[in-house]
Order: sequence, then C-alpha cells, then structure tokens
Amino acid sequence: MSIETLISIKPFLAVLVSLFAIPFIISSRSQNTREAWTFIAAAIKLILVLSMLPFVLNGGVIEYTVVQIFPDLGISFRVDAFGMLFAIVASTLWIVTSMYSVGYMRSLDEHSQTRYFSFFAVALSATIGVAFSANLLTMYLFYEMLSLATYPLVTHHQDQEAKSSGRKYLLYILGGSIGLALPAMLITYHFTGTLDFAAQGVMAGHVTSGMGLMLTLMFLFGFAKAAIMPMHSWLPAAMVAPTPVSALLHAVAVVKVGAFSVVRVLTGIVGTGFLADFNINFIVSVIASFTIIVASLIALSQDGLKRRLAFSTIGQLSYIILGVSLLTTSGMTGGMLHIAMHAFGKITLFFCAGAIFCATGIKNISEMKGIGRKMPITMTAFLFGALSVIGLPPCGGFISKWYLVLGTIESGQLVFLFVLLSSSFLNAAYFFPVFYNAFFCHKDEMMFEDKVDEAPLWCVAPPVITAGISVILFFYPQPFLNLAKLFVQNIIGG
Amino acid sequence: MESILSLIIAKANFWTYIILMMVGLYAMIAKNNLVKKIVGMSIFQTAVILFYVSIGCKKGATIPILQHGHGSDHGAGHALFNAIDYINPLPHVLMLTAIVVGVATLGVALALAIKVYKEYGTLEEDEINKQLIDQME
Amino acid sequence: MTSNLPALVIVVPLFACLVAAASGWIDRRVPFPVAVTALFLSFLSAAGLLVQVVTTGLTLEYRLAGWAAPMGIVYVIDHLSAIVLVVITAVALTNLIFNKDNIKREFKDKEGAFNSLYLLFTAGLIGMTATGDAFNLYVLLEIVSLSGYALIGLGTKRAPLATLNYLFIGTIGATFYLLGVGYLYIATGSLNMGDLASIIPGMMDSSIVLFAFIICLAGLFVKMAMFPAHGWLPGAYSESSTVSAGLIAPLTTKVTVYIMIRICLYVFTADYVFDHLDCGKIMVWLAIATMVFGSLSALAQKNYKRMFSYIIISEVGYMVGGFFLGNRLGISGSILHIVNDAVMTLAVFMAAGIFFWKTGGESRNDLKGLFASMPFTMAGFVIGGLSIIGVPPTCGFFSKWYLVSGGIAAGNYFFVAALIFCSLVNAVLFFRLFEISFFEPFVDHHHAASHGSGGGAVSVVREAPLGMLIPFLFVSGMLIVLGLYSGTIVTNILQFAIPTGII
Repeated sequence: MSIETLISIKPFLAVLVSLFAIPFIISSRSQNTREAWTFIAAAIKLILVLSMLPFVLNGGVIEYTVVQIFPDLGISFRVDAFGMLFAIVASTLWIVTSMYSVGYMRSLDEHSQTRYFSFFAVALSATIGVAFSANLLTMYLFYEMLSLATYPLVTHHQDQEAKSSGRKYLLYILGGSIGLALPAMLITYHFTGTLDFAAQGVMAGHVTSGMGLMLTLMFLFGFAKAAIMPMHSWLPAAMVAPTPVSALLHAVAVVKVGAFSVVRVLTGIVGTGFLADFNINFIVSVIASFTIIVASLIALSQDGLKRRLAFSTIGQLSYIILGVSLLTTSGMTGGMLHIAMHAFGKITLFFCAGAIFCATGIKNISEMKGIGRKMPITMTAFLFGALSVIGLPPCGGFISKWYLVLGTIESGQLVFLFVLLSSSFLNAAYFFPVFYNAFFCHKDEMMFEDKVDEAPLWCVAPPVITAGISVILFFYPQPFLNLAKLFVQNIIGG
Repeated sequence: MESILSLIIAKANFWTYIILMMVGLYAMIAKNNLVKKIVGMSIFQTAVILFYVSIGCKKGATIPILQHGHGSDHGAGHALFNAIDYINPLPHVLMLTAIVVGVATLGVALALAIKVYKEYGTLEEDEINKQLIDQME
Repeated sequence: MTSNLPALVIVVPLFACLVAAASGWIDRRVPFPVAVTALFLSFLSAAGLLVQVVTTGLTLEYRLAGWAAPMGIVYVIDHLSAIVLVVITAVALTNLIFNKDNIKREFKDKEGAFNSLYLLFTAGLIGMTATGDAFNLYVLLEIVSLSGYALIGLGTKRAPLATLNYLFIGTIGATFYLLGVGYLYIATGSLNMGDLASIIPGMMDSSIVLFAFIICLAGLFVKMAMFPAHGWLPGAYSESSTVSAGLIAPLTTKVTVYIMIRICLYVFTADYVFDHLDCGKIMVWLAIATMVFGSLSALAQKNYKRMFSYIIISEVGYMVGGFFLGNRLGISGSILHIVNDAVMTLAVFMAAGIFFWKTGGESRNDLKGLFASMPFTMAGFVIGGLSIIGVPPTCGFFSKWYLVSGGIAAGNYFFVAALIFCSLVNAVLFFRLFEISFFEPFVDHHHAASHGSGGGAVSVVREAPLGMLIPFLFVSGMLIVLGLYSGTIVTNILQFAIPTGII
C-alpha cells in the first residue's frame, strides 16, 4: 500500500495556535476577553486538526519540517492515523476543559488565573506537538515542553503541599526523561543512524537483542508520564493541582502523552518485528499487567476521590501498553482505541469530582453519602464515566476493552486475558460503591443538608457533554476505530 | 656516583632552575604570610626566566652583536658571520617580555596585598581566615 | 580594508583601551561609548572574518608588521578561531551594554579605568584566540590574567583576597605553560604553531616533546580550573562585581579550553595526542572527576553566584572530556559547547546581575517572590537554566547531544553517565532556585491579595529597567536560536575546524 504524502504547514499551525493565543491571554484586560481568546484558540485548533482528518482517513500522511537541525534529523511533523487519533481527543477535550476551567476557577475564585490559562495553552501546544511528531527528537522536545509547562499548573496553589508534590512530579518526569529516555534516544541514534518513526521500526538489524531490551525498558520507564510502576507515584501526588488541571492533564494530556510516546517508540523505533523476534513484548506485557493489577488494588483502598481516580488512571494507562505489546491486530487496535475511550470516560469522572468539590468542598468518598440526591446530574454523568472506564456498555470503553480481550485471545496468552478480566472486576469494585453510596444510601446516613445543590452550570455541563460523547462513542466509534485500524494495518500489514 | 655527578654538572642549568622553582612553589604553598607568598611567586617566575636564558647559551659563543655589520653591504655581512659563533638571542628577547610580565604581576600582587591589609589589618593568612570565619558566624 | 580585518579585530579594542583610560580624565561619560563602539567594531570585524572564512573555506594568515612565519608573529584565522572570536566579541559587547547602569553605580568615578580594563581584557582574549605563535600566546594570556585580576579585585570587600589566590594559581598555570613552550623550543627551535605542527610529527618519540606537552597542558588545566586545581575559581568569580563576572565567567575558561584544543590539534597534532600518546582515557577520567565534583559542590552552595561558578567548573569538564574522546562527534560537541556555554553562562550571570541589582543580596533566599515581581526576567532565567540542564530546544541540549553521542561512539559510557548525572544535578540546582522564587513567600491562595480581581500578579510587577531587560532577553532568545541552528553551525563551521584525520 503506497502512502500518499502531503507537505503542509497545517500540523505546525495546529501546534502554534495555542502559543499565539498566549500574548492575547496575558494582555487581556478582563476575564471575559481572556477566556474568549482561550476558546477561540481551542476552536481554531480543533478545526485545524479536523481539517486534516479526511486526508488521513484515506491513508494519507501530512508532513512538515520546521527546522532541519542535523542533516538527517530535524524538528518535523508527520500526521498519521495514530497521531490524528490522539490530536482529536486532546483538542476536543481542550474546549470542554476550558469551559470547565472557567466555571471551576471562577467559582473557587482562584488566584493567578492568567498564568493558569497561559500555561494551559502551552501544555496543549506541546500535546499536539507530541501527537504530530515525525521523529523521536521532536517528540522528546515537546515531551519536555509539556513537563515544564505543567509544572506551574500542578503547583498552582503555591503552598507547601504543592511545592513537595511539584518536586515529586519533576523528579519522576524530568528524572525519567533526562536520565533514561535521553540516553536511550542517543544510543538508538548512534546505532541506527535515524530517529524517524518508521512503520517497521528502525532497530532491527542494528541492535543486539540485549541492547534492544535495555533500550526498550529505558524508554518504557523513561517516559515516566506513562506511569508504569515503579515510575507512577508522581501521578497521585500531582492531584494537588486544581481539578481542571487534573482532568485534562492527568487524565488525558500528560499521561496519554506518556502512553502515546511509549507506543510510538515501541512501534516506530523498536519495531513490532523486533519486539516479537526477541520476545521483548512479553516482558513489556508482564510489566504492564503488574501495573494494572497493583494499581487497581491500591485504588480500592483510596478514600480521596481524586486519588482513587489517579490510581485508576495508572492502571488504565497500562491497558494501552499491554494492548500494544500483545502485537496482535485486535490488541493493538484496542490499546490505541483505549487512548480515546479512556480519555472521555476519565475526564468525566474528574469533572464530576471537581463539581462535587465546587459545590460542597468535599474530597473524600466516605463523606459523599447521599450526594446523588443533591447533585443528580453530576452523579449520573459520573455513572456513565465509570461505566466507560470499567468497560461496560453502553459506553465507549466497552469497545476498546472488547478489542483488548480479543487481542489477548488472538495472542494465545490467556494470562493476560485473566489480567484484563480481573482488573475490570476491580474497576467495578472501586467505582460502584461511590455511585451506590451517592444514590442508595439510607436516609439516616445522608450527609448533606438541603441547601446543597448542583455546581454552577459551567461545571456541570462539561461532564454531561463528555459522558454523552462516551455513550455516542459506543454506537459510533468509527472515526477513532478506523484511525486505529488504519495505523495497525500500516505497521503489521494485516 | 661519578655518572650522577657528571649528569648534575652537565645539566647544571636544569638543576638550578628546578631547585629555584621548587623553592618558589614551596613558598607559595607553605608560607603563611602573603608577602612571602608573593616573593615565592616571583622566585618561581624568575626560575623559568633563568631557564630560558640558559638555553640560549653556547660554549665559546659570543653575544650576537655584529661589530662590522652596519652599512649597506648586507651580502658581505652575512658571509662574514657564522651562526655557531653567537649565542641564540631569541630566548633572551622573549625573556624581556616575560620579565615585564613578571614585574607587572608582582605589582598587581603587591597592590592587592595592600588592599587585603587595609581590609583585615594583617597579612597573615591564618588570621585573615579566622576573621572570615568570625564574619560568617 | 578586509585584508586587515584580523588586525582590526584586536587593534581596535587595544587602542580604544588607551583612549578610554585617557578620556576618563576629561569626562566620565566618554569611556563607556568609546568601549561600546570599539567592541562593536571588533565584533563586526570578527563577524566579517567568520563570513570570509566560511565562504572561501580558506585559512587567513595575517603577518604582523609584514614579517613572515616562522620568524614573525602571525595571526591565524581559521574556522575554529573565527567562531570563537565572534563569541568573545559578542559576549563582551552584550555584557557591556547590559551593564550600563551597573557600571555607573558600581564603579563611580572609575569609569575610565574600568572601561579600559574591560577592553584590555577583551583584546587579550581576542589575541589569544587569533595568535599563531606559542610565545605570543603566553604574553596575551598574561595580559588577560592581569586585567582579569584587576577587574575581579574591584569587586566586593573580600575580592582582593580571592583575587590574590587567583593570582598565585594563575601565575603557576601561566608559568607552567611558559616552561612547556621553552621545552618545545629546545626540541624544535620554533615557536610558530604551524611550523611546530610540521616539525613535531617527525619527533614523536622525543621525551622533551612529551614533557613539553604534559607541562603545557598542566598549565592550561590550572588556568581553566580543572579538578583538582579549581579552587580559585568560585571565590574569584563570586566575589567580583556582576559586571566583571559577566565578562570573565563566560569567556576565560572557554577561551582556555579553546587554547587547549588549538594546541592539541594544531601544535602537537591529533596523531600525537590521540594515537601516539593515547592519553584520551586518563583525560576523560579527569574531566569526569571535574564534572561530578563541580556539580556536587554546586549543590552545597547557598549563594547563587557561587553556585553558578561551580557549574562553570563542571562545564569545563564537559568540554575537556568531549575533546579527549578523540572522535569527531566529541570534538564537535566540545567546540560547540564553547560557543553555547559562553552564551549560557552569560545569560545566568546577567540574571544574577539583575537579581543583585533588584535585591542587593546574593543568597538564594533573596530570590523569594521574583516570579511574581519580575516575570520577564524570570522567564529569561528559566530559559538559561533549562539550557544548562540541557532541555530542548535550547542550545545546551544540542551540545550535550553531540557530547553524549561522542561518548557513545567512543564506547565511553562512564562519560555518558557522568554527563547525564550532571544534567540531573543541574536540574535540581535550578529548580531549587525556581522553587524559592516561585513559591516563597508562601501565599495562602484563598486569601490572596488578588481576590476576585480575576487573577493576575500577586504583588506589583517591578521589572528591571529596559536597558538591562532587553539585552538579557536577547541573550535568552539567542539560546534557543543557537540551539535550532546548532546542526548548521556544526556542518558549516565546526566540521572544518577539526582536522580531517579525525573520524
């Protein structure tokens, strides 16, 4: 199959548009104009991304080189199906999250909102940059940019707790990327002479199996945003951030960038053939499975709603990596699809957690008994988000899990099937009590007085929208599913 | 024994400069008084200057000044003089510059020593260090 | 005119130094513009030379007073020296313009002397870079050192003592170098670098040449503050005034590393250094020790200028280590790092200048709350810090890229590990400063002063004056521009600076 290539500046513009918005955001005199700029940038970004969709769906690839730094390596973009999938998710959710940010930040009257919106825009640029990277160098650049842009967001409160969490965040993220991913990248470059993502990987024939395994693991742990254990503990710590940050960045952009990067490296650099030849994929699968189970177990014991969601995220991220490392058509499709499906589900949950906090100031699950009766819309959205994350119909998460399960069966390694099923059970075990307590607790146990009501409209609408999208994705997963299938077809040719 | 002696004598200039250099280095490192250190530094530099001067020497050669070489008759001048009869002037010329540098360094060092004395009222390093530690506390 | 550029680049600041000193007696306002003009002309000449060298691809040889080599002194402008010349003049010029107000404040009534010394120092560095004569190099080295002592001695109250220590060590270094040149002269009878490079390959087994090599290098190592002869540097740099530190810190060590590279490649020749002596391994270990020691000592510093000074030591290790890897990538990285590190160090010392100007303190606790009050300065400082850590797309990342690649190509994974380790330590160092200036004094965010005002700064923004801010942000921007063009610099300039024999 020949790949149609188009040279266009569009991917670069899609990255830049949110950076261009920053001067306007900073110079805005009033809150309303500032947020208007955010929305305008977000809308333009989404339009730019979507305008490339038909071409990519037809099997085309859009390329653009910004600067040729080394003779054979530069800052360049390449939009393929997988990058497109991720970019659509990120740019759609930016709009929703911006709405939510407005509601949340205003209702809690947070300080330094200009800084907040500016860095949010930078973070989005970096996310799209990672999605559209043509080579590992570009990806690393935007990966670091994202790490640094999210630091002021994570530590937004500027108090002692934020400081120590920020430290942890940087320690893992920067430590991983500088200490492991960077040398791995350079060693790869030395041995293979290229860092471009190729459909079949670049390592085969250049690197010995031992070196390949070492590099794969260095990448796997080095991209610490993917939160593979033991590089995960920054994620719960980073939950000190304001909820919209947690929602977009720590359920969608940051962690998904991690998972995305790992998947890109596994497929585009290491290569599926190389992984299979030396059974490296099995080791990766085992590490991912371990993370899935352990994270789910820890999530059970967490009382803070955001912390529980954080551990749930850690587990779900490893689904993506597990799916891809199965190296079967369905498994890989499922893993990639899970990026999208989990994003919509998990962001709903975070929005709900934030909405509850806005309305009541409560963070712990044990204090939420009966909240469903006071905030029925929020908690219904929560239910759908939870269903999607667990992987039950009628939500999008079901589709991706379906493919993942098919993948484990195709690969013939039923251990992983067991991992997936038991994890789903655990997911249910840690989400249903929340929901059950919220709606079906006994009257005497009700912890809320009558004056508690739904959060402001700007906080309630976003979770409803994302929950709605989750349901729609169950019935119409085509755009994401087709993109994932297209990409998988490209790399394993099946 | 004899061979060592002859080695020492044959390379007397080397031995001299090394001994002088070590004396200077010792003073710079071990002495407590800043002025003594500066003196050591000067000895250290002078040792190398002497080394240069000595390498220009040749047995039986004279200073490289042409007694009859003036006038317009260049060709004849060159023919008359054999390079072997003269010591090499280049190292000596170089040392003119090095001496200037050495003097300048000495001057700057002494100026700094005066400033140090004005600041601390002493030139003994241990006393200055004591004052610095006291300031920290 | 263009044929005299190699002379102009040094003669202009040298004469201007006299003019500045003299005019200072007449009017205190004159020396500064004189110095700026001279450095600007010098910068233009250097840039002209670089363009000339790159377009023609030829080495320019300028005979002083018309005497031909090897008898006369020649100035050699090739790819290697041309780019270093541009860096020197650019850094000196930018730092001077940046410090216009600081000079008025810190050197009141001494403007003539200060500007004159500043020019002399720069002229010396330019000469060191351009000269093709081993002894002339010694003289210029001492000119730089002497004017450097004076510049540093003008600093804080403790500066004279620190300078005196620097002077002792510096003199030892320079004298060692002089001794080495003496032995080289005994062995070869020549002082011209090009001439030496043609003689030495014929006498590689000579023990005199070996001794000359060792003693020259030892002298240079002392001068560039390699471990264990690094003790003078932090004291001297941190006690000097911010104006002098902004000139001396970025340039002195870098130019000394350049001298080392020139002497190794173009006097003793690469064959001798890398193949015959095969001293690379030991030198890289020495470099690793310097890097690790510099980084770890920086961790212990509470004074930010001292901390930056220790980082300089560690950066010297990068360059020396990269060079002695002995392959094209490593040497490219080393030379590229000379350029990048000069700009990086300039950026952080300019930032230090602004902090000092603003707070009057040099302890890291004086940085509290600066993110809120000086957002633009801090943005520039963050870029500088990231560049030193080595985060793309800043230039520090790309020189590290070459250095690490060189380490991998040479199979020296210890060097690679040390580089990565230093990057991580640098990250800790800078984020510690960022943390202090970002978080402290802690705000209780629910009772912040900006309550309900729709966000915005917590305290009033009071930036540095534009005269300081603009040059500083320019330099920070350059860090990114240099980063993006590092491949171009390497393929178009550094490629030709390295002898073809090195793979």
